[in-house]
Amino acid sequence: MASGLPDLAGDEDSLRRFLIGLPPVDPVGLEARAATLATRSIKKQSKLAAIDLAISMVDLTTLEGADSPGKVANLCRKALVPDPGVPQTPLPAAVCIYPDMAAVAVESLAGSAVRVASVATAFPAGRSSMEVKLADTRLAVSAGVDEIDMVIDRGAFLSGQWGLVFDQIQQIKQACGEARLKVILETGELATYDNIRRASWLALAAGGDFIKTSTGKVSPAATLPVIHLMLQAVKDFRALTGEQRGVKPAGGIRSTKDAIRHLVAVGEVAGPDWLDPHWFRFGASSLLNDLIMQRRTQTEGGYWGADYVSID
Amino acid sequence: MDLDYAPAPESAAIGRIADRYLPFIDGEFVEGNGADLESLNPATGQPLTTVSTVSTEDIDVAVASARRAQTRVWSPMSGPERGKYLFRIARLIAERSRELAVVETLDNGKPIKETRDFDVPTAAQHFFHHAGWADKLQHLGLGPDPQPLGVAGQVIPWNFPLLMAAWKIAPALAAGNTVVIKPAETTSVSILVLAEILAEADLPPGVVNIVPGAGDIGAALVSHDGLDKVAFTGSTQVGKSIQSALAGTGRHLTLELGGKGANVVFDDAAVDQAIEGIVNGIFFNQGQVCCAGSRLLVQESIADEFVARLKDRVETLRVGDPMDKNTDVGAINSQTQYARIGSLVDAGREEGAQVWTTSCPLPEQGWFIPPTILEGASPTMRIAREEIFGPVLTVMTFRTPDEALAKANNTPYGLSAGVWTDKGSKAMAMASKLHAGVVWDNTFNRFDPTAPFGGYRESGFGREGGRTGMAAYLEPDEEA
Repeated sequence: MASGLPDLAGDEDSLRRFLIGLPPVDPVGLEARAATLATRSIKKQSKLAAIDLAISMVDLTTLEGADSPGKVANLCRKALVPDPGVPQTPLPAAVCIYPDMAAVAVESLAGSAVRVASVATAFPAGRSSMEVKLADTRLAVSAGVDEIDMVIDRGAFLSGQWGLVFDQIQQIKQACGEARLKVILETGELATYDNIRRASWLALAAGGDFIKTSTGKVSPAATLPVIHLMLQAVKDFRALTGEQRGVKPAGGIRSTKDAIRHLVAVGEVAGPDWLDPHWFRFGASSLLNDLIMQRRTQTEGGYWGADYVSID
Repeated sequence: MDLDYAPAPESAAIGRIADRYLPFIDGEFVEGNGADLESLNPATGQPLTTVSTVSTEDIDVAVASARRAQTRVWSPMSGPERGKYLFRIARLIAERSRELAVVETLDNGKPIKETRDFDVPTAAQHFFHHAGWADKLQHLGLGPDPQPLGVAGQVIPWNFPLLMAAWKIAPALAAGNTVVIKPAETTSVSILVLAEILAEADLPPGVVNIVPGAGDIGAALVSHDGLDKVAFTGSTQVGKSIQSALAGTGRHLTLELGGKGANVVFDDAAVDQAIEGIVNGIFFNQGQVCCAGSRLLVQESIADEFVARLKDRVETLRVGDPMDKNTDVGAINSQTQYARIGSLVDAGREEGAQVWTTSCPLPEQGWFIPPTILEGASPTMRIAREEIFGPVLTVMTFRTPDEALAKANNTPYGLSAGVWTDKGSKAMAMASKLHAGVVWDNTFNRFDPTAPFGGYRESGFGREGGRTGMAAYLEPDEEA
């Protein structure tokens, strides 16, 4: 890789050459490395530190057709008081909702450290016109959200229209204004690790502040090998450009054990600089409760039942 | 922030290390007539336990016992019956896997992660695989009724004590041979725990005899008149002397000796996974692997970036207490080996190679060597020619595939090689011209009981594993 990133905007040929020129990924080797790192044994004070870090990285999420202002307000309350019995429990990073719920979330979390993230761009399929996607984004941004989680046009990506995908990310980034942009690759639909590596670099080069695995609506969602690949991408991107970007796995991370395996990968693949809620997030709904239960187990020495933790 | 890993030690008590271990001869644990030896824990340098060793008279007893068992019990026994014993041994290894992993780590110094996830499960696999052959000898391509050779004398090294025991014992027994086996003097404990398993499996007395001792006992064993077959894994130097001793005796011989494996990385390789493979190739088991990928040959067009990324990765390796579940690189097996590795690295430095080591802090006691990379090596240097048998990687570059081949093959050894390229045609072309018994394509140090393993030239001859490995313990049926 040369020094610095070539200018890829508006130049489909350069973009294509750059993405094709990325080193290939060997699936067997990648999966073996991910499986080996997953055997790390994180115990005692390290486990408690990892749990607290993981809680502070959660984007507490509800993305259902049945969402209502009341449900979103409850979720925000949960974000502000994750464990009523233990006030020193860290707060999650953000609450993640649909654009039409953004105003409710912004109001509920006003004055707190918990951010509001909204999905946008015809989430989850992304099948609409660019006008609609931009309007969707503006709806959330005008409500005052801190972060936008967009989806890429997987159809366009898979048919090789990389310039189009690049351009769309740039347009959404512009519509975000001050809000940080997370670019959802929907890795489960990209099918190959080579595609995931190319999509990661494409999203980073187009200005995404985060690359995010999944919508949570497609299986497989976040897997450890995919996270390894994306962590390597942000590490290499920083080495090349000097700019640090974030990674967000989403979908399927439900247990503390899973979360800690991800943190091990963050520390050993990308490096300690990414062990920070500003640079790494978990998109999850049920994970927070498991982290809270495990936190109590660590601090109080006994297992808690699920009924002692609030369901939202 | 940094996520420091708290110590996560496996419990040493699980190993149930005894005060004293005895030779296993004719189905009994008996006091040997040799001098006791102290087995040390390489992670501390402190005594772990005492092992009673055998004398040459004990070897006579063991060989006679193996002969009786072979002619009266084991060879006449039907294949399915022999298979049952081997399956039972395999299951017992699996059942006691955690204990065996701890024993091996305490006695050998390798990380518990490796003994737990590699050595012990693979040892069980070898027994499972060969148990299946016991009643299928007629399907090996050696005629309708191939015959066992008789009594096998086996000498194994200290780098994979239990696994090498399994590699040697399982095929010999499946084919109907009996065994007298000598472990390395620094690592006798795990094979003597295996002896407990053999006894528990009710293996008939004399089918396997285990005779701990030093090199003189090994020499006495391999030159014993009562043997039909000798199998040795160890250094090329000792292998050569065994071959001289056996010349003209008509006894069968297989040798698995040293190596200086080349790992060839082309500029179109999957770079991140190639780096993983290089790391695994040379730092697995502290590089104390005969097939280690100790010479990195990287295409000049990507060499600088590749080596920089490699160092970055090596920096994340955790060197330390082998009993800690998060340790990637453990202790060197013995003081002798520790000193030898150090002197070869010094020789490399004096000959002009640049020595780089990881900054990971090392424990204050025990025999630890940090993962080391020697850059600017030229093919004339000792470090590029001699087997180091430690966590030391020599880096050289090449420009064309022909140059890569010439450099990779420019060694008296011929055990292993690796090729890293995303292009299948290139990998196949290289594999067909590399002089090595094993060529790994886009991976390294992968072992499986179904895959024959062995070398050419100064790396020895004969194969272990799979059908070819069985053939090394059988006389083909002349009727075929």
